Amino acid sequence: MRDARVGCWALFKVFSHMAMQGFGGVLPFAYRHLVERTQWLSAAEFGQLLSIAQLLPGPTICNLSVMVGQRYAGAAGGFSALAGLLLGPFFIVIALGAAYQGLAHHPLFVNAMRGMAAAASGLILATALKLAIGMLRSSAPKPAQGEGGIDVGRTLFWRRVVQVALLVAAFIGLGVAKVGLITVVATLVPIGFLLFAFVWRKP
Amino acid sequence: MNDDVKLGGLAWHLAVLSLTAIGGGVVLVAPDVHHYVSVQNHWLTDEQFAAMYALAQAAPGPNLLFVTLIGWMIKGWLGAVVVTLAAIVPSSCLVLALGTVINRHGGGEGRWAGALRDALAPLAAGMLAGAAWTFLNVAGAGWRGIVLALAAAAAAYATKLNPLWLIALGALAGAIGLV
Repeated sequence: MRDARVGCWALFKVFSHMAMQGFGGVLPFAYRHLVERTQWLSAAEFGQLLSIAQLLPGPTICNLSVMVGQRYAGAAGGFSALAGLLLGPFFIVIALGAAYQGLAHHPLFVNAMRGMAAAASGLILATALKLAIGMLRSSAPKPAQGEGGIDVGRTLFWRRVVQVALLVAAFIGLGVAKVGLITVVATLVPIGFLLFAFVWRKP
Repeated sequence: MNDDVKLGGLAWHLAVLSLTAIGGGVVLVAPDVHHYVSVQNHWLTDEQFAAMYALAQAAPGPNLLFVTLIGWMIKGWLGAVVVTLAAIVPSSCLVLALGTVINRHGGGEGRWAGALRDALAPLAAGMLAGAAWTFLNVAGAGWRGIVLALAAAAAAYATKLNPLWLIALGALAGAIGLV
């Protein structure tokens, strides 16, 4: 819904508020602020914008902020929301970076950073796991029912095979063989898209 | 800070990469940025690179700020600003251009968007795992680091614990010499 009272400054304030609360990820706070507190978006609108933000290139939360800002106040609104999202955290990470440089020769600190980095890569892995398991659950083969049941079952089976193959290929390409993001995306996105659009469409 | 840094090259590299990072967020640029910054140009050590991501995770705000930190480490304030803008401006302009259409007609539900989403889900999962693997190698924490990362992944997957606690526990494990 378009709300005439929402201007650039309001967008900036709301997005900077949620960004500064967003330790370990801003998205849960985006929902709280945009849907529950300001009611700028309904839960369904939030879900729809989020799924588009994920499909587009670039950081998901930044894409979402630009779309919400643009909806209320045009391009200026989009950039106001984005600026709100980034400005406060920008100075905080740089303060952390300065602290890092100051302490970089202290052995205890170096060891702590190593543990932190390992835990941080575990968090990335957890996101990968959530995506993979959510995907496999939604494509779980169901018992054949009525007419066309066997065909549907077969399609679901092959969709799963393709999903797992794409996952493994993407992991090896980016993480092990290190062929680079652009090569991985430019090769595997068209393959997956064509297979899922024409060969094994969602039944 | 480093005097032979060609900021333009890094900015161009990041702009192209950020337009390629679809489906899994900005973490996906990490393996390429690591190769460019640490392997090819030696502006940061592996250890520094891994630390920048961990610090950005510990700070509030979007994780994309890890590239801000990398820019800051290699070229100060100018580096931080240029690198951040390079990572967000191209994709934001694309969103603005498409947003007019999306806000008017809706989107993301049709057959083509559905097929694209079907393709991106497994790729994002695989690429994220690849990025996590890169970070683990870069952090240089050996097999004990792998165990810690798997434990953190399991905890983050199975519980609703704020990720910040896991980062803090990781720091503690490192400080007392477990990793």
